Amino acid sequence: MTEKSLTARGLRLLRQLTGLLLTLAITLLGLMVVTFTISRVVPIDPVLSIVGERATTAQYEAVRLDLGLDEPLWKQFGIYVGDVAQGDLGRSIRTKLPVADEIVRFFPATLELATLATLFGVIVGVPSGVLAATRPGTWVDQVVRVVGLMGYSMPVFWLGLMGLLLFYGVLDWVGGPGQLDAGYQMMLEFEVTRYTGMILIDTALAGEWAMFTNALSHIVLPAGVLGYTSMAYISRMTRSFMMNELGQEYITTARVKGMPERRVIWVHALKNVLVPLITVIALSYAYLLEGSVLTETIFAWPGLGSYITDALFAADMPAVLGGTLVVGSVFVALNMLSDVLYRLVDPRAK
Amino acid sequence: MSLDPTLRRVGAVAITALMLGTAPAALLAETPADTLVIADAIDDIVSLDPHEAFEFSGTDVINNVYNGLIELDPTKPGELLPGLAESWSVADDGVTYTFKMKSGITFASGNPVRAEDAAFSLRRIVKLNKNPAFIITQFGFTPENVDQMIKAEGDTLIVVTDKPYAPTFFYNCLTAQVGAIVDETTVMANEVNGDMGNEWLKQNSAGTGPFILRSYKPNESYVLDAREDYWGGAPALKRVFMRHIPEAATQRLLLEKGDIDVAREMSTVDIEGIAGNADLKVEEDVGGQIYYISMNQKVAPLNNPKVLEAMRWAIDYQGMAGTFLKGQQRVHQAFLPSGYLGALDDTPYSLDIEKAKALLAESGVGPINVSMTVRNVQERMDIAQSIQNTFGQAGITLELKVGDGKEVLQDYRARNHQITLQTWGPDYPDPQTNASTFALNQDNSDEAKLTGSLAWRNAYDPGPLNAMVDAAVQERDSAKRAAMYEEMQRIHRDTSAFVLMFQQTYQTAMRANVMGFDTGGSTDSAAYWQVTK
Repeated sequence: MTEKSLTARGLRLLRQLTGLLLTLAITLLGLMVVTFTISRVVPIDPVLSIVGERATTAQYEAVRLDLGLDEPLWKQFGIYVGDVAQGDLGRSIRTKLPVADEIVRFFPATLELATLATLFGVIVGVPSGVLAATRPGTWVDQVVRVVGLMGYSMPVFWLGLMGLLLFYGVLDWVGGPGQLDAGYQMMLEFEVTRYTGMILIDTALAGEWAMFTNALSHIVLPAGVLGYTSMAYISRMTRSFMMNELGQEYITTARVKGMPERRVIWVHALKNVLVPLITVIALSYAYLLEGSVLTETIFAWPGLGSYITDALFAADMPAVLGGTLVVGSVFVALNMLSDVLYRLVDPRAK
Repeated sequence: MSLDPTLRRVGAVAITALMLGTAPAALLAETPADTLVIADAIDDIVSLDPHEAFEFSGTDVINNVYNGLIELDPTKPGELLPGLAESWSVADDGVTYTFKMKSGITFASGNPVRAEDAAFSLRRIVKLNKNPAFIITQFGFTPENVDQMIKAEGDTLIVVTDKPYAPTFFYNCLTAQVGAIVDETTVMANEVNGDMGNEWLKQNSAGTGPFILRSYKPNESYVLDAREDYWGGAPALKRVFMRHIPEAATQRLLLEKGDIDVAREMSTVDIEGIAGNADLKVEEDVGGQIYYISMNQKVAPLNNPKVLEAMRWAIDYQGMAGTFLKGQQRVHQAFLPSGYLGALDDTPYSLDIEKAKALLAESGVGPINVSMTVRNVQERMDIAQSIQNTFGQAGITLELKVGDGKEVLQDYRARNHQITLQTWGPDYPDPQTNASTFALNQDNSDEAKLTGSLAWRNAYDPGPLNAMVDAAVQERDSAKRAAMYEEMQRIHRDTSAFVLMFQQTYQTAMRANVMGFDTGGSTDSAAYWQVTK
């Protein structure tokens, strides 16, 4: 490779990177405009929620000035953006702690749940989608479609409640709401160092295997419920991508050349299906990271979803907006990641 | 047809995972024998510093971790018990109070409790000046004068108030959670930037109570460890574990399975659902919150006494309490909640449409068309619709103006409403807390902006009640004082711009083996130290 082409490549990379960062900045700014607007139109008085109903007019005014609510709107927005840029999402009205710190504490539980659910969705969804596509119209296909349709159309909180009633309430197969049984939960607080905040990883690192299996028994149901909905989506998309791919000429060629069917499907076709599938998986992962609000509430899961819900009920707007901003950023980041992966996997994008 | 090997491996992994998970779950489905596990919504906790905490869940913790100089007698409303002080008295000047401290009591740190700690704690309330501080500062303490007014001499604490008050008023205020005595040495050792240990006390405790705060994770959980050497006798259970589980259905499921011992946020539906389950029981108790409607006296004809009286007879108190409010509210028709010194528990008013019609005819006012503001919460909407219905039968056309909390409250504080449906909770365990807002309004002008007074918000001039509130708060004889509040409430009930309707009740669901769980009723916070299971 010549020096010139190296420079050209570097420049192209730089340009791509700048473009990416610019998109990121614009998206985040848009997100902030939205959250800021929400905070100004919601029917909750931020001052009253701090000073309480009994406050005198003087106390009320003092806090209003302190929050900068007397400044013009554009200036308030400027202050908001400046704070966010420094990682300051404000202080929670309930706990008076920095919202950013609280999110750091609650996000790992959500991340762990969503990751397991997505893994479940991919591990079950992709093969079943492939299976259905290769045997269209057979009973396998029908089963995959019906199971998928159910996961697609049933509300997740209903699935969660029913799952709890059946597997925890009646059958006693899994642990109940919460991350651990009460006894273990206390041990966790006092005896396990929370390196990652993710319970399976932390208990495994500490070598607390009894606690680990207990945690597993608690996470398996919420992860299964979330994973089921994500699996439904992934398997349907895999099926349609695969059907499309199997009709391509290069597949016919491969078959004519006498390549084993298994290799045709799982290596050649799947490789090409993977390209659009990455976007599907990334989107469904992002959806789980933001959308497990109801599941977390039902399963008393101390994640971002329950954090935002609680905050909303308590009219704790800084917490709600901080949470929304983080979720939005994660969504944007995952989109970017899937873009990058897309480029890596797809030969045409190189 | 054979399964693809990849799929087979996936299946094996999934089944192993499921089995791994299920085995221990079956073994551990009950709470540890020495631990009380409670589920509640605890995201209202702002701080666990006793001189800052002012929310229900927070004061529950304070009650179990700290003691005050004087404590309430939970069995006899208005009676006092010794806390860290063994005796107390007020001098003839009516302003000098003397508290003799008990000896031999230690803080969790091992430090002995001294009169200096008591003086430090009371001064700290005033100097920090957080939300509940007014309960103490209303006796005339300021950051500037408090070092002179509150002093320790040997084993005696001497407190001087700015003017004479009813001693019971002062004592009752000291029983509020804000009156907790903290360990001066420990707290000041953790002072940062002159905060008198405020940041540190949000996560730690320094009290004399039956428990110490072992850990607190906001919006998640807290753990209290029992003190074996608690001066009142070691608690029966070694530990209390509070889990933040706001969802009622989830609480019910956990309780039924025995994964928690006590559920404090169950809905009426869930309470009914567990009836007949021999493993569980439900205990009922009153809370301090009161429901009322109030009429803006700037709006005619709402300022007509006959119209007000007609309204009192045009509300179906019993009907509501017996149906959709069952288990949540009971009929209560005076401004002091049951459990308070001088509370009135009789309920003279009931639905009587004919009487209401007659009173309206007597008033000589033509057809009445008024509006009532209501928050868009189910329970409040139900109450409002019932009132709308019975008012309608009596000949008062009531338009409901439904709004969110902010709108309704701002409207109310600005005196822009006609009628409003509201609740009120007392701030401290003395009758003055409600008397001073329902029956005291010393300047009824718009400019006064006494937005903290409910009487002012309704432009209601309490007339003779103003003087009665002032007199009662200075009455030195406890029995006479109680009688004064009773008298005041009778007048208020029959003539004021308020119609008091209901007092909140709590339903606490628990495992049948849990004994001695006390929510604290309307005046106090929850007590865990007598609980056995």
